[in-house]
Amino acid sequence: MQSNPWALAGVVLVAALTFYLGHRSSRFAHSTHDFLVARRTVRSRRNAAAISGEYLSAASFLGVAGIVLKDGADALWFPIGFTAGYLALMLFVAAPLRRSGAYTLPDFLEARLGSTQLRKFSTAFVAFIGILYMVPQLQGAGLALTSIMPAPAWVGAVVVTCIVGFNVIAGGMRAITIVQAFQYWLKLFAIAAPTFVLCVVFFTGGAGGTAGSLGSVTPPMFQQETSVAIETDVVLEVGEPTPLRVSHQDDAELVWIPGNEYRVDAGATLIFPAGAAVPVVSGTPADNATWLRAGSGGTEGLLGTYSLIFATFLGTMGLPHVLVRFYTNPDGKAARRTTVHVLLLLGLFYLFPVMLGALSRMYVPELLVTGKTDAAVLLLPSAMLPGIAGQIIGAVTAAGAFAAFLSTSSGLLVSVAGVLSTDMLPGRVRDFRVATGLVALVPMLLAVFLRTEDLSLSIGMSFALAASTFCPLLVLGIWWRRLTWVGATAGMAVGGFLVLVALVSNIVSRYTGEWAPWFVEQPALITVPAAFLSTIVVSLGTKDRTPDDLNAVMLRLHAPDPLGFMRDRAVARFGRAEEKARMGRGRHRK
Amino acid sequence: MPDDDFYARVDGVRQPDPTLGRSVRRRAERAAVEPVPPEPESGQGAHRAGRQPAHAAEPEQQKVRRKRVVLADPRQESHTLRARVELEEQTSWGELLIKDLMKAQLRTGLLLALLVLLVLGAMPLAFYLVPTLSDLSVIGVPLPWLLLGIAPFPLLFGVGLWYNRLAERHERDFVDMIES
Repeated sequence: MQSNPWALAGVVLVAALTFYLGHRSSRFAHSTHDFLVARRTVRSRRNAAAISGEYLSAASFLGVAGIVLKDGADALWFPIGFTAGYLALMLFVAAPLRRSGAYTLPDFLEARLGSTQLRKFSTAFVAFIGILYMVPQLQGAGLALTSIMPAPAWVGAVVVTCIVGFNVIAGGMRAITIVQAFQYWLKLFAIAAPTFVLCVVFFTGGAGGTAGSLGSVTPPMFQQETSVAIETDVVLEVGEPTPLRVSHQDDAELVWIPGNEYRVDAGATLIFPAGAAVPVVSGTPADNATWLRAGSGGTEGLLGTYSLIFATFLGTMGLPHVLVRFYTNPDGKAARRTTVHVLLLLGLFYLFPVMLGALSRMYVPELLVTGKTDAAVLLLPSAMLPGIAGQIIGAVTAAGAFAAFLSTSSGLLVSVAGVLSTDMLPGRVRDFRVATGLVALVPMLLAVFLRTEDLSLSIGMSFALAASTFCPLLVLGIWWRRLTWVGATAGMAVGGFLVLVALVSNIVSRYTGEWAPWFVEQPALITVPAAFLSTIVVSLGTKDRTPDDLNAVMLRLHAPDPLGFMRDRAVARFGRAEEKARMGRGRHRK
Repeated sequence: MPDDDFYARVDGVRQPDPTLGRSVRRRAERAAVEPVPPEPESGQGAHRAGRQPAHAAEPEQQKVRRKRVVLADPRQESHTLRARVELEEQTSWGELLIKDLMKAQLRTGLLLALLVLLVLGAMPLAFYLVPTLSDLSVIGVPLPWLLLGIAPFPLLFGVGLWYNRLAERHERDFVDMIES
């Protein structure tokens, strides 16, 4: 990939701004209260921007366009689900969760069910989901960096970890709130402005050669002779007979026939003559007619779609970094209002990656061959607009992508570090910093050593995991009085175990010939009902374990805010922020 | 609950008992709820009794204490304070109030969720059963792309806004009821 100095400048600018904002606002962070929940004073507008900024991860900024490019109309369910998850969160969880006064998700579970075992168990799951979610962010950062400059992929992961780690260590939640709010608007700009420009270019016909109109029935075609370097093993199929040469095999002329699958190993270079149809990664629609239609996947596709809807609708409420932002609201009413704002901000954002995905099917079809469709947003501008204009627009999208990695990983880092520091360590500011350092290392190492998968797919798996572990706990814990800690533990174990089985067999199946059925790839349709059912059955079986202070907790969760029943957990443990600030050692004064 | 209709209902939420704070029986009950200072011989047992208002049938020696509390109450006690105390101390009445509020909120949430699920959940099935839908197009954009790429977002935002109104109204009603 040729290096793009503009894009590099954009990325450096974003990184520097992030660092500066975090550094500036971290001066105001002193107490644990600041570090964990930003003193619970974030207004709903800013909080909504921060939530959206943190939620729009690499999967949204790059992955949605990539999967639209690959799968077409069926991929549109990803943005719908990502947004609708907040509606479910708002309807069932937001206000009561904030009123619980908890600091972390395990804290909430302990407050509601009064069990330290359950607390430890859920701590492990929070850490696991957080890290599982963070790895694709860091890998995405590597991907973004390699597509704008000649650097190995691990550099991106390390750079993002360092910036984020420093901000979180310096100021915790207090510092990253403003960073994330800023990054939402940055991302919106970075995806909206290029979309407008590229659409104008498209409609005025000023773009370079297209791979055929989207309305035509045929597969996309290569406009001139194109060579595509394959970097990881792929299995390809074609929509119509395709002549090509493979550099590996003595440059012999081959013709690929529809209906067959062709395995290409890493390191090969495929050379297509002008007018050849573009092969696609096996299992995705080859021709534009299928790509345009919704529901082209048959019965399995239908079930897979429903499973995806299940996972994303219910998974959002179990994601630790989403929940931790809700504790920063001043009260339950503000939490609800924040969510309404979030629905607006997300809906606005998701219009754009879809359009970019459609455009990239016409202009960067070679991504369909390599399977690296996540790079579509980064490569599309220079493919449509050769020269400096394309480079500048590419710089804007690259900067936005980098903002996505930074904000999501900082949110995840804060949530996981908060959980670990209050559960494993005494929970002082220093412990929070230690936990941050430790937590940051693990996903960085994983991102460097694991192989890259599609961003949206691995994200889909963490949604499924969150939906089948924490979603039943939160929903039943808030609305069902008979939940016991035994039932909650059982449900979490069942849901988590099933998803992990699916995850492992999916990986095994990828290496041993794709034998897995649809529910292994998208297991939520089975695992979520299983988790709910086992929670309910075991709770009913252990009726005598309902906590003694059930009524008081329910009152606290559901009584409207003006009545003043809300009590913040752990105020006794950490002290009030104001008192801390007053009584703190003198050197904090500035 | 057999004596459900003892309380007036507004919007499905129970109003406070109109005789609240006046009836002698209720007064006595409330006084029994007052946290009892721990007895010297069995500290934790007394604490338990203080948290569980249902155990109103206490031995005789408590009656003396009850009278003292009643006398200490201000002559003109406001309903607000009374209702709050009932809520906080979780008498059976306070518990019922909260249960009603929960029911109202949960019902609203479930109805709206069902609405969204029906609208969105019908779409994959519709495209699966009637494949010709995919061939239609409005102003040059194929129908599935309009229905899936754009339409759900205003729908979700609208439902969110609606729920926010309903939930805040329920809460306001509840607070008005307590404070009136």
